[in-house]
Amino acid sequence: MTAAIAPTRRQVLSLYKQFIKNANQFNNFNFREYFLRKSRASFKQNSTIQDAEKLSKLYQDAKNDLSALKRQSVISQMYTFDKLVVEPVDKEERKDINKH
Amino acid sequence: MLRYTATPFLRLSSSSCAASLASRRTLPSLVSRSNIIIPNTKNKRLYSAVAATSPAVKVAKDISLETHTDTQRAAKETQEARSAAATTPLSKSSIIDEIDTSGTTALNAAYQENTGFGTRPIYMDMQATTPTDPRVLDTMLKFLTGLYGNPHSNTHSYGWETHKEVEDARDHVAKLIGANAKEIIFTSGATESNNMVIKGVSRFYKNTKKHIITTRTEHKCVLEAARAMINEGFEVTFLNVDEQGLINLKELEDAIRPDTCLVSVMAVNNEIGVIQPLKEIGNICKKKKVYFHTDAAQAYGKIKLDVNDMNIDLLSISSHKIYGPMGIGGLYVRRRPRVRLEPLLSGGGQERGLRSGTLAPPLVAGFGRAAKLMYDEFESDHEHIKRLSDKLVKGLLALDHTNLNGSADHRYPGCVNVSFAYVEGESLLMALRDIALSSGSACTSASLEPSYVLHALGRDDVLAHSSIRFGIGRFTTEKEVDYVIKAISERVQFLRNLSPLWEMVQEGIDLDSIEWSGH
Repeated sequence: MTAAIAPTRRQVLSLYKQFIKNANQFNNFNFREYFLRKSRASFKQNSTIQDAEKLSKLYQDAKNDLSALKRQSVISQMYTFDKLVVEPVDKEERKDINKH
Repeated sequence: MLRYTATPFLRLSSSSCAASLASRRTLPSLVSRSNIIIPNTKNKRLYSAVAATSPAVKVAKDISLETHTDTQRAAKETQEARSAAATTPLSKSSIIDEIDTSGTTALNAAYQENTGFGTRPIYMDMQATTPTDPRVLDTMLKFLTGLYGNPHSNTHSYGWETHKEVEDARDHVAKLIGANAKEIIFTSGATESNNMVIKGVSRFYKNTKKHIITTRTEHKCVLEAARAMINEGFEVTFLNVDEQGLINLKELEDAIRPDTCLVSVMAVNNEIGVIQPLKEIGNICKKKKVYFHTDAAQAYGKIKLDVNDMNIDLLSISSHKIYGPMGIGGLYVRRRPRVRLEPLLSGGGQERGLRSGTLAPPLVAGFGRAAKLMYDEFESDHEHIKRLSDKLVKGLLALDHTNLNGSADHRYPGCVNVSFAYVEGESLLMALRDIALSSGSACTSASLEPSYVLHALGRDDVLAHSSIRFGIGRFTTEKEVDYVIKAISERVQFLRNLSPLWEMVQEGIDLDSIEWSGH
């Protein structure tokens, strides 16, 4: 068995960026907020792991999750519904709110 | 003693129950004095307690309470409603006119008219159903596109591949309750599972056993199935609960007779979120050699369950309460020692012969994925739900004369049931069109009957009427909870200001001392 190669810092950061980007593309407010929260929390939680084998497994799993997230964010954009009463209609406004 | 002659307009709350019962889905009496504009209706309608009892208003049943998903139509209807409001007909009698206009403006203020925000209500009814998780849908789509084999065909690879996925899903479902995959049977939902248990187990042992025990706060499907067994010659004991919603273990032990075949107690109550002491009940049942069934539709994946630790023999599961697809559920049936039950459906002998009929692989796989996600995310979901629930409870109980229904300690935090005294639950729901809530179980929300669960807790009719259930789940956000707290506080205050009962309470009059005339 070949030794597992841990992903580089750069690879992990790029993966994280993609998670946030795709999560942000959900049209559904609740799903968007959830996947943003989830992505941030799980990357933060696993940030202290040093074990190469564990890291490479997590990296593989995350890559699979990311592909599901990509597909689902696209589907969410295909079937859209009205915005929620807590959700600003204007996209620009939404981005402002997400900033803080 | 004070004596109030209640004029029809001032006859509210208890006496108006009759009026609101008579007019299902019309606006209940607290709001009824004012004229509410519902965007879907073209012309204005007037409601009063008097009018509500007269047959003429029955037409109002057709008011649509649908949620808009079409922005353009919603905008058009809102505009129409506004222009209708601007041209208020002046032909009404002066008193109605006065109430009418004041009510309209006040209610308009009560409905948050935030331009720049969406129109779709916040979903806060997680006990009725939960949104399907996108990752569950992702799993299901495979089956609806390519993997269409019948999982029971074992002559070709199409069958084998779906069979494998179905068995994987079974593993995930079993893992969450510490069971073996072979002990899980897929059904159409928790209602079928409950019926299967109550009817199946008792029918199998009908020659020797004639007695079933359940509680008063069970879901309707357990109560009705038990009632159906009375017709088949069984005796059913419905255990009472205390004001916390918990059963008395001593009472349960005393109720078990030599001919008792089944004890059915739900894990988490769907209306008040109370968790029953499952482990203690399991021990009693084991000691008395009686089968223990628990309806875990609201508990599965949300609280820690272990069938071996808790001595549970049968356990009902629903998929759409754990962010899975609707139309599928499961039943855990213990294999060692074996629990025998007569199947409801006869047929090809699928699912150990207990539930014949081809499985639906997309639903099964979706259910399995949903169960896996509940397992993987148990900690983070629980932490999130607990945090939001604490915030919501704190915010709502900060209002005067509100109280939490059910035990405060033995509770699943995702279900919050609060009573708002001097406000009718249904009128509050009407005033909260921007929040999707329920005053009780979805099955009974069509009727204005006060909740039988709250009744069993010893709450009086009036308080049972004014209860609202809030559901918090994985996808609820903090922003929504903040909005709900603000909206509820404002509108409870608004509705109370309309209520003469509230006025009397503020004046320090004991409502029990009032002798109402006109009864």
